[in-house]
Amino acid sequence: MDRFERQILLPGFGKEGQEKLSRSSVLLIGAGGLGCPILLYLAAAGIGKIGLVDGDVVSVSNLNRQVIYGEKDLGRKKVEVAAGHIQGKYRDLSIDQFAEFITPQNALKIIGDYDLVIDGSDNFATRYLVNDACVLLGKPLVFGAIYQYEGQVSVFNHRENSVNYRDLFPEPPALGEVPNCAETGVLGVLPGTIGTLMAAEAIKVISGLGKVLSGRVLFFNSLSAQSFEVSISPNPDARKQMPASKEEFENLDYEFMCEGVREKDWEQALSQLSEEAVLVDVREEGEFPLLEDFSHVKLPLSEIQKGLGLSGRKKEAWLFCQSGVRSKKAALLLQGLEPTLKIYSVRGGILAFPSSKKE
Amino acid sequence: MYNKINIKAFGMIAEKLGNTALEWDACEDTDGLRKELEARFPDLKEMKYSIAINKTLIVGNVRLPEQAEVALLPPFSGG
Repeated sequence: MDRFERQILLPGFGKEGQEKLSRSSVLLIGAGGLGCPILLYLAAAGIGKIGLVDGDVVSVSNLNRQVIYGEKDLGRKKVEVAAGHIQGKYRDLSIDQFAEFITPQNALKIIGDYDLVIDGSDNFATRYLVNDACVLLGKPLVFGAIYQYEGQVSVFNHRENSVNYRDLFPEPPALGEVPNCAETGVLGVLPGTIGTLMAAEAIKVISGLGKVLSGRVLFFNSLSAQSFEVSISPNPDARKQMPASKEEFENLDYEFMCEGVREKDWEQALSQLSEEAVLVDVREEGEFPLLEDFSHVKLPLSEIQKGLGLSGRKKEAWLFCQSGVRSKKAALLLQGLEPTLKIYSVRGGILAFPSSKKE
Repeated sequence: MYNKINIKAFGMIAEKLGNTALEWDACEDTDGLRKELEARFPDLKEMKYSIAINKTLIVGNVRLPEQAEVALLPPFSGG
């Protein structure tokens, strides 16, 4: 008996449909709430090769919805745990692991190797980035996103002249305008519903079955159990905002575009320390751990209006806090006060300070 | 003449409106509707959302047909 007998039996699917799945490759961006059900079902359905992109580790607050992970996985890399879990179930499936976040610098290379891309990420910068990369490379993109009890699903770039994310939402929201799951919560089963809708769209695109959710977006509300569909047409003004070439794409700062905040990693910040840049602790008095061994100034977020008073003397200011959230807000406020300084927020805050640098 | 608009709201927009559905007095076009909505729900000024009339996404300012169903669609980012 064949593992795929029950879908080969399906009218319209057959051996041919199954072969299309086994010959296809899918890149899944984000191994979180949406990524878990998508991965489970696409692997079970017999997709030949799956790439997994996620730089995150498993934390306890993921466990209400990220159903591949359990308590024993806390602190481990998501792609490692997820790939191991799936590989243990189906040995013939090929899984590529990318334990990193997608960036303008790695996106084209990673995406280029797959037939279809699925976006299950959790922030606007990544959503615009993945969309633009798929348009440049001509890859179909299955899109899904969630908010509390609701979700939205669509397929972009399905064929030539298909609509994409920028036609649906031309302008990225400002920082803090749309809170993420971490700030507002999410019903655990919701990404299961939306993720399986996305997996079904992926199978339809690959097999050619049914009517793909292209040129339309589906909204689903789990509280009312109602869905709402809207048709989308191209928006020429929105498309002018897209990078026109691969070079332009690689030089676009999506985090700055979406949040108005530039970000730097500790590694970048520490290797670029010079007379022209100043490190700024924006935490309140009495917060620990302190930054040791690196000269810095203190300007708590609550007193940000005082400003640094460094315009003209420094070119850049690198702001850090505990986890990288308050420093983004501080960067936004400070940029308004000190327009001649180039202001960055240090990604991940003091908690992400590399342990190799701690003496 | 009884001419009302039926507004459907999603995500954060529904929170700001206090409901997922709302009846509204007729309005010339979508720019006018945005202004009226923002006057009554000032939080909307700070938000980006797309508009669909009778289940079709619009681009730019569009005249509102009689008894239009207008959907206010915010982007979601969660995953």
